[in-house]
Amino acid sequence: MARGVEKRFETMHGPVDAVTGFDLDVGAGEVVCIVGPSGCGKSTFLRILAGLDDATGGRIEVRRDDPGKPENAVVFQEYAIFPWKTVHDNVAFGLRMRGVPRQERDAVADHWIARVGLTRFARAYPSQLSGGMKQRVAIARALAYDSELLLMDEPLGALDAQTRLTLQEELLRLWDETGKTVVYVTHGLEEAVLLADRVVVMTAHPGTVKTILDVDLPRPRSIETTATAAFAALTGRLWEALRDEVARAEETLA
Amino acid sequence: MKPAGRARSGPPSPAPGSAGRRGDPAAWWPPLALAVALNVAAWPTGLWPQLWWALLTLDFVLLVVSAQRLEPRLPLARRAAFRRSLAVGFPILLLAAWETIVRAGILNPQWFPPPTSIALALWELTVEYDRFNRTSLLGRPWLIPSVWSASGWEGVRALLAESHVLATLGRVFGGFALGAAPGVLIGVVMGLNRTVRTMLDATMSAVYVLPKIAIFPILMLVFPDPFGEGPKVAVVAISAFFLVAINAMAGVQGIDPVLLQAGRAFGAGRRQMLVHVILPGALPIIFSGLRLALGTSLIVIVAVEFIRAQVGVGFVIFYHWQVLLTDRMYAGLVVTMALGVGLTALLQSFERWAMPWRRE
Repeated sequence: MARGVEKRFETMHGPVDAVTGFDLDVGAGEVVCIVGPSGCGKSTFLRILAGLDDATGGRIEVRRDDPGKPENAVVFQEYAIFPWKTVHDNVAFGLRMRGVPRQERDAVADHWIARVGLTRFARAYPSQLSGGMKQRVAIARALAYDSELLLMDEPLGALDAQTRLTLQEELLRLWDETGKTVVYVTHGLEEAVLLADRVVVMTAHPGTVKTILDVDLPRPRSIETTATAAFAALTGRLWEALRDEVARAEETLA
Repeated sequence: MKPAGRARSGPPSPAPGSAGRRGDPAAWWPPLALAVALNVAAWPTGLWPQLWWALLTLDFVLLVVSAQRLEPRLPLARRAAFRRSLAVGFPILLLAAWETIVRAGILNPQWFPPPTSIALALWELTVEYDRFNRTSLLGRPWLIPSVWSASGWEGVRALLAESHVLATLGRVFGGFALGAAPGVLIGVVMGLNRTVRTMLDATMSAVYVLPKIAIFPILMLVFPDPFGEGPKVAVVAISAFFLVAINAMAGVQGIDPVLLQAGRAFGAGRRQMLVHVILPGALPIIFSGLRLALGTSLIVIVAVEFIRAQVGVGFVIFYHWQVLLTDRMYAGLVVTMALGVGLTALLQSFERWAMPWRRE
């Protein structure tokens, strides 16, 4: 789906290549995690995928089974839910923008709010919610939008460790139920192995695909999966692939 | 002596304000008794006329110490009531001190009329009709029924036109609305469009710092009737415009970029972005601009009414200065203050209505 994607930023000190020659195919219903050292351009790639940034080269194709569906929905690290809308209106936002009639979007929003366990807070404003609840709202908003592709940019990065664990399990459950195609950017190696069917390791400066690791752990998975020997072996292999890149990235930054 | 704040045993600190002052708090009544004794002793010795300001300052300090010692000793349930009574009681005490000092001949009542005579003047202003200026404070609303039956709508209009308060309110509301509406519009456009912002920013900043009252003479030249309502409303509108525009621009620019991205990522078009993301996102700062503009509107209109007006609260203050009826001049100040408080409260309730997500 992605072929030779590149992103060049024109800066005061000349052009900087953030992403070059990035190739990636994601199959329907597949969960792909992208990991890489800080500043390797993984978020840049996701933003290009989301249509928030334009690539300076290459092309991206999303095969669309249903032309009525939007191409993608994004979950941001900073939640990015609207403080001036209630939980319900936040979740229904994408549908409203698409012109879905009120009754239908209310039903869809209520369904997804229930699925992330926030029914009691449907009329609350985000300022009354905890960080984990806010991110649940953002996830419900993305799922209610019913897009071909679900894009997640370090969605659990701002949460504390316990909340992250519960949300990881919740994501696994939601994906098992919906069969969504997901591209998921993360810092966490264990998170990547736990969630993904395949993990893409990126190189630093410029960002491109170093290797792709198949995760053949059986589904459904849960936090117990992290205790298996297979999980530990996969995480170890992922770290081996990434270690040099992290060292290289730190040299460049220093 | 134990080092303060280190002791781990003993009862928990009664209130955050008294942290570090463990153990037995000092008694609350000695400072109060000292204050009373001091004031009484100063009376026969004749210290009051020369040192009244120092004595009052000392009273204030002793009162603060006493209240601060008393509060942690009260049961938790009664502390809120105690604080409320301080908030209400102290201003009353202040007025009482003012009254006493003036009545005792320490301050000149011509310059500082005692609160009771100001209240009396306010009452007189309210019920009287000023035959010389053909005005009254509120427009004598109690005459409306009889005037209505005698001469109908025209009569009521004439009655309301003589009101100082209504004249000032009309100028403030009219000017504020005429200035704030385009102010929000221009400000939002400046916030959204960098080219417009670049072109207008220098001009806006330059005119922004100019005291708008300074352009009142120009406005009197521009309008066909220099003494009519036109220039007065216009100067208020111009004052409000710049404050609102600059704040609206800042509000739009201050929106978290990730929220703009979220709006676009979920398919919002230009119009939808404006209605669902940009305007609500900028609203808190727009409202702080409106609040500033409303306060400034009142300042400007009072100043303008000093210079050129036959009616208005600024006229009340200035006219009674000219004829040296200072208690009525102070009454005009009280009315102006009440207008300020009322207008601010009105805007605040509008704000709460417009931004339900910011309520507690």
